[in-house]
This record gives sequence, structure tokens and C-alpha cells, in this order.
Amino acid sequence: MSATSEAIQAAPASRRAKDTAFRVALMACLGLSILLLGVLLYDVVKDGAGHLDADFISSFTSISADKAGAQAAIWGTIWLMGICAVFIVPVGVATAIYLEEYADNDRWYNRLIEVNIQNLAAVPSVVYGILGLAFLVRGPLALGNTVLAGGLTLGLLVLPVVIIAGREAIRAVPPSIREGSMALGATQWQTIWRQVLPASIPGIATGVILALSRAIGETAPLIVVGAATVIAFNPDGLDSQFTALPIQIFDWINRASNDVNNYKPLAAAAILLLMIMLILMNSVAIWLRNRYEQKW
Amino acid sequence: MERVTEPQDISARRDVVPPTPQVAAAPDRFERKTREAIFGLDEVQVSYGPKPAVRGVSFDIGKNEITALIGPSGCGKSTLIRCLNRMNDLIPGARVEGKVLYHGQDLYAPQVDAVEVRKRIGMVFQKPNPFPKSIYDNIAFGPRVLGMKGSMDEIVERALTQGALWDEVKDRLKTNAFGMSGGQQQRLCIARCLAVNPDVILMDEPCSALDPISTGKIEDLMLELKQNYSIVIVTHNMQQAARVSDKTAFFTVELDDEEHRSGRVVEFDDTEKIFTNPADSRTEAYVTGKVG
Repeated sequence: MSATSEAIQAAPASRRAKDTAFRVALMACLGLSILLLGVLLYDVVKDGAGHLDADFISSFTSISADKAGAQAAIWGTIWLMGICAVFIVPVGVATAIYLEEYADNDRWYNRLIEVNIQNLAAVPSVVYGILGLAFLVRGPLALGNTVLAGGLTLGLLVLPVVIIAGREAIRAVPPSIREGSMALGATQWQTIWRQVLPASIPGIATGVILALSRAIGETAPLIVVGAATVIAFNPDGLDSQFTALPIQIFDWINRASNDVNNYKPLAAAAILLLMIMLILMNSVAIWLRNRYEQKW
Repeated sequence: MERVTEPQDISARRDVVPPTPQVAAAPDRFERKTREAIFGLDEVQVSYGPKPAVRGVSFDIGKNEITALIGPSGCGKSTLIRCLNRMNDLIPGARVEGKVLYHGQDLYAPQVDAVEVRKRIGMVFQKPNPFPKSIYDNIAFGPRVLGMKGSMDEIVERALTQGALWDEVKDRLKTNAFGMSGGQQQRLCIARCLAVNPDVILMDEPCSALDPISTGKIEDLMLELKQNYSIVIVTHNMQQAARVSDKTAFFTVELDDEEHRSGRVVEFDDTEKIFTNPADSRTEAYVTGKVG
């Protein structure tokens, strides 16, 4: 055998050992997070699966744990998500279009807006709750403790997520498409409306759904803006009082610790319900991305 | 919709850009070599930032002719062609000086609307850039945004026929344009441009991404199209310029004292003269392949 063929037979043992050790360390980290998730899931399913049935979905909360259900919370969450979506889609997409297509980055105020949007995405959610309380519930708008105020507060909270996702989707449309459109005599607005936006809808839709999945689990801002805990009616309008799944979960867990009734399984069942809604929303986002993603 | 390929119709469209008094009064400093000029360029200079990318460009572009712009990379051919339909407006910091006259009207006069200019002066780009839509919708996009009247099916069929693509795609008009070959995509882009009845077609290296057979098809198409349109083409392929063009402008790169590169026109003449008996030795060196 030549020197070369011997040399390529085997790497030195120490190099191979390091390689193996590194791989094991990576897998251990992965295993730890999966294990934690698994334990959490197991615990919730063990407690809650038995309660997650038609009665649970169709009953209102009650002073008797046996009869309590989450109907008001489910409808409250659906109303909140609807209001939130109606608010964030037009405002978020319009902002993203302005920043990507019109804003001149040499202007200081455009750069300031940009930096601030990045920062807003990292502001703790309870701060948005206080903002909602000061400006929407009381203050200038004085909407009261209504589902509209709750939905708008959640909207403000996730708006930066939509703007950032929207900008990325718009930026992914190649300049050659804009040039081709403008060269035919289309105006800038026609180019955006008929070429850039249709091509970026999958990315924007994905961003909106991911934003909503963040909003659906938020508890702190809703507590601050005054979501009710014990109500036995569904929202019937924008000015209605409301509760939401995370609030209901919080309330039931609270009771479990100092009440004779056993609300703990109810909280677990509501957590399961929230997770199912989340998984469904994320699945739609993934499906949208795979189905409509444009390869350039 | 009326039959748009007829010359009188095209001349009718020109009137939409009104000539301004100050332009009409401008002294005519060009030597009119061509039979009828579509474009008159007078000391045109285009800059991105403080330094010019191309300067001192003065020649006329004739009606129903193919004018080729040749020269080494970085000589400003693409920059120049993009200022003929104000595509440079889209680049921040781009500045055009001198006069670009289109049927006698200064294209950069303040009252001229760039969108109106681009309706009449179409452009085909280096890399085929079909829209992510069906073949049909690619063609129909221009007529739709311009609000053209008439049967869209007829407009699409006529544009694809003019673009020498109809027979290949008539059975799959509703399929996505991204499924076509590169050559077909480029002919689609030409057809898309024809669908809005332009007066002039600008082509910025239209064949540089294509194989020789597709290139041949597009060259044949250009020769056919010049019956009804005026064409300006930037090309790196000198054989292509020699084969298809009537007039050729040869550009070169010059370095100024501060080592800044800018392009300028060395020679503009009949293509035959440029390739057989050029007046300037730099042109001769380039077209015979000694440099560049």
C-alpha cells in the first residue's frame, strides 16, 4: 500500500473521539428539551384529557367544578383573535409596504421608525397591557373593559411581528419583477398591488398566523386591561365584557390551590384546548408556506 | 381594440406627449444622419452619485431601425439604455444630464410623466423576468394596468404571435410561465412588451442568458419586429450586433485623473462601416477581437 492510501485509512483516535463527544453533547441537549416537553405534555394530558369533552366546550364556568366548562373563554378567545387579525393585517401590511417600497432610508425618521419597530417586538407584553389600559380602556378612547380593547391591545403587541414578517416577504420579491412591471407602464402602486403583494402573500399570511399564535397565549396584558374571570355569557358585540382561555386557565389554577372544589383537571383540559388551537394555527401556517411559496 | 401594429396608430400615440415650446425652440445641433429620428441624444451624461458612469453621448436613433450599443463591460451601455425609458429613475441617486429627446420632446422635462414614457418605450431585460403568473396573465398584465379596450384573448394571441411564441404555448396559456425554457421566457417577455403597443423596444443584453438556438430565434424575431418598431439593443456579442443591427455605437471606458472609470461613445455609424471600415483605431481593435 502506498503512503497515501494508508494516510486516508483512519483519522487519529483523538480527533475521532472529539468528534463523537461533540455529537453526543449535541444530542444530549436536544434530548433534554424534548424530555421536558414530553413530561409537561404527559402531565397535562394525564390530568386534562378526561375532561376535554363536549360538555367542557359547551358549558360556562361554574362554582361547582363538576359542571364548569370553558365556553365563554373559547368564544372570548375567538373574538379577540378576530379583532386582532382585522387590526393587524391592514395596518401591518401597509406599514411593511411603506417601509420597503416608499421609505427613503437616508431620512433619519425612517431609520428611527425601523429601529423602533425592532425594539417594540421585544417589549414585555405587560407593558402593552398598561398601554392598552391607559389609552384604550381609559384615556382618550375610553373603550372600557371590552373585548374590543382587549383585541386591540393584543394587536398592538403583535403588530411588530407582522410588520417584520411582511417586510421580509416583500423584500423576497426580486427587483426584476418590479422592473418588468414598471417597464410596461404600470405605476408604482399598480406594481405593488398586482405584482409584489400577490407574490408575497404566503409570507405575509405565515407572519400573521404566527403573530396570532403569540397573541392567543398572552395572559398578562389581558389581566391588565381587565378581562373578566367569572362570566357566564359569550361576547355579543365589540363592547361586550369578555374572558379568554389563558385567563380562564389562570383563574382555575388559582382556585385549585385554595378551593375545596378540584379545578386542577379543568385547567389542564383548557391548556390542552389552547395547545390544540395553537397546533392547528401553526399547521395552517406551514401548509400555506409550503403550498404557495414562490421559488425564484 | 383597433389594429395596433399599423404605423398610423403608432404615430397617433406619439401625440400624447405634448411638445413643449422651449424644446421646440431649442436649437437643433445634431447632424441628422438617419431618415427619421426617434431619439436624439445630445451630450447625455448619467451619474450614480458624484461621478458620471457615462458621458458625452450624442447620436440619433432612427425609426424602424435596430441600433446596437457595443463595448467592454463598465462602459455605460446598460446605463445609457436605461435612461431612454427613465428606468434609471428607480435607482436612488441616478442623475441624467444633457438632452434625451424622444420625438423632439425632452424626456427629462419636468412635466413629462415617467409612467407615460414607459408605456411607449418598452424594455426587455438581460435575465428573463416573467411574472409568477400564467403565460396568459403575463401578457395580459400590461394591457390590464393600462386599461386597454378590446378582447383580452385577442390581445394575448396577437402579442404571442408577434413574439413568435403562439404555436409553442397556445395549448398551455393557463400554465405558470416559470415552466417555460429560458428562451421561451425571454420571448414571452418580448411578447409582453409588444402587448402594450410600444413605439420603441429597448433590449438590454436580451440573449446573454440563452443558448445559440434561442438566440437565433430572438434575432429573427428582432428583424421581423423592426418593420413596426424601433429597437435599441445592448449586446456583448459582436456577431449579434453585426447580424441584426443597422447602426452601431461603440462605447469605451476611460479613466480620468482620479482613476474614475466612465464610459463614452467612440464611434457611431452604420453597422457595416463600424465592422468593416471603422474610423477609430479603438473601434477596429475591439470589433476585430484584438482587445476586449
